[in-house]
Amino acid sequence: MAFLQIEGLTKIYPGSGGKPDTVVFEDVHLQIERGEFVCIIGHSGCGKTTILNVMAGLERATEGVVIMDGREVAGPSLDRGVVFQSHALMPWLTVLGNVAFAVRSRWPDWDEDQVQEHARRFIELVGLRGAEHKKPAELSGGMKQRVGIARAFSIRPKMLLLDEPFGALDALTRGTIQDELLAIVQQTQQTVFMITHDVDEALLLADRIVLMSNGPRAVIAEIVENTMPRNRTRHTMHHDPQYYRIRNHLLDFLVNRSRLYQDGPLRAQHDPKRPRVVRPGLDDTTERPPAQVVQLRH
Amino acid sequence: MKSRLGIQAAVLSLALLLVLIGVWHVVTLPAESAAAVDDEYAKLMGAGAQKTGGFPTPAQMGETILRHLADPFYDHGPNDKGIGIQLGYSLARVAAGYALALLVAVPLGFLIGMSPLIYRALDPYIQVLKPISPLAWMPLALYTIKDSSVSGIFVIFICSIWPVLINTAYGVGAVRKDWLNVARTLEVKPLRKALLVVLPAAAPTILTGMRISIGIAWLVIVAAEMLVGGTGIGYFVWNEWNNLNLTNVIFAILCIGVVGMALDFVFAKLQRLVTYAD
Ligand SMILES: Nc1ncnc2c1ncn2[C@@H]1O[C@H](COP(=O)(O)OP(=O)(O)OP(=O)(O)O)[C@@H](O)[C@H]1O
Ligand SMILES: [Mg+2]
Repeated sequence: MAFLQIEGLTKIYPGSGGKPDTVVFEDVHLQIERGEFVCIIGHSGCGKTTILNVMAGLERATEGVVIMDGREVAGPSLDRGVVFQSHALMPWLTVLGNVAFAVRSRWPDWDEDQVQEHARRFIELVGLRGAEHKKPAELSGGMKQRVGIARAFSIRPKMLLLDEPFGALDALTRGTIQDELLAIVQQTQQTVFMITHDVDEALLLADRIVLMSNGPRAVIAEIVENTMPRNRTRHTMHHDPQYYRIRNHLLDFLVNRSRLYQDGPLRAQHDPKRPRVVRPGLDDTTERPPAQVVQLRH
Repeated sequence: MKSRLGIQAAVLSLALLLVLIGVWHVVTLPAESAAAVDDEYAKLMGAGAQKTGGFPTPAQMGETILRHLADPFYDHGPNDKGIGIQLGYSLARVAAGYALALLVAVPLGFLIGMSPLIYRALDPYIQVLKPISPLAWMPLALYTIKDSSVSGIFVIFICSIWPVLINTAYGVGAVRKDWLNVARTLEVKPLRKALLVVLPAAAPTILTGMRISIGIAWLVIVAAEMLVGGTGIGYFVWNEWNNLNLTNVIFAILCIGVVGMALDFVFAKLQRLVTYAD
């Protein structure tokens, strides 16, 4: 059994005033292995945040379960660290205060020295040494996002959930923080689930990229395996012949195919329990709907 | 640049004050032609009519102010206490009623802000009770409490409670969902969440309510003390009016203004202390 199992997840918002119900997504299945970095890409409104919130335990699905480490997710937990899209720092606390708040919540019986030292270690890890006593309002967007990451990492969760953490950042800052995130994740062997809109970001960070079709009634259309070596970097990955193959495949999905899953043949062929797994450039099934279903790798 | 503006403003303020005093001085000058008539009038009315009648001049006013400030805490029996003591009584009543109001309004506001059910259940009561003039409660308070001083405190309590209650409920209800979600993912216990997340998040709104409340309380205490009598700055004003001592009345009015300004200043400072840039 995988570290994290999503089984038959469905989210329906009941229609009010005689309007029909909104089915955001339907019968979503996904497995994530321990230490794996999974990115999810899909058009706005397809339900990515909803899935992440259900995984975090912040929201309830209409149907289906999420099982992490053998136990059903029934509510928010310190086992799952969340980095929110809007960074969600408490503006009345300093950088150190924000991280220390999380540390104190995780280890209530630590003394203050221990808490401070632990918090400082993670602030340093994200490169914010010297900014410990600044308030969030005095930080740039990128620095705030780093504090959010430090806070999530500092509680040593079993899994990290990131909702478009770099969405609001300029390309330069984004690159730097991506590198940092990658380094930390590789160092700590974290299991990560991350939402992104940025194809290059997914290519750099993810082991597998989950492609969601457009909503309503969104499904996991495909899972793309990142076949570039794991020691890739932002600067070298362009030289990998796989880079453009995977990238083109992702863009082709987003531009052309993501809207074809609402009904028709693609929907009819779609097996929610075993979405198609693709290795662009290595399979010959890339451009056309598959003749046979590729098995998940476990 | 900014300090220059400050100096200019101060100069202008001072000039305005001098003009006001000047006008006041001219208006209250004893008129020459009228003096003769007044003399006969005075003879008819007996001595003293000229002394108590008429609006005080700036010079008389200044003398009164200096006299009061020289000994603000004298106590010559129930009807003759220094302005400091009278202000002290008023401030003590405001402090007591206001503190009680905070004790009730802040926790209740938390409850209302956190629970839509309680909000709906209590809303009609709040809507009806809020617009009632606090002085309208006075007869009821006097009848049930029987003590006039405590009734004054009750009136302060009832008028301070609404702005704090409503602002607390609003502030608590409007705490950003992100921060609550952070607390949830960190499995923060309810009390710790209330004190460390909701309270600081809502503090600026709560303080705004508290600042409004203290202003209202200071307005109301004067009227309440005029009604119940005994002690306090409101009673002092009423008593001096009965004595036809307008200088003392004007002096008391000035004191009320200065104390009100000081209270507001303190709460503005507190407000700045809890306000966070976002
Ligand atoms: N309370 C609600 N009632 C009805 N529909 C809702 C409600 N909340 C969310 N939705 C719908 O659920 C869908 C999924 O929302 P979600 O925030 O998960 O999308 P997303 O994939 O994260 O989009 P984005 O990329 O823009 O963040 C949206 O189409 C939205 O309209
Ligand atoms: Mg989203």
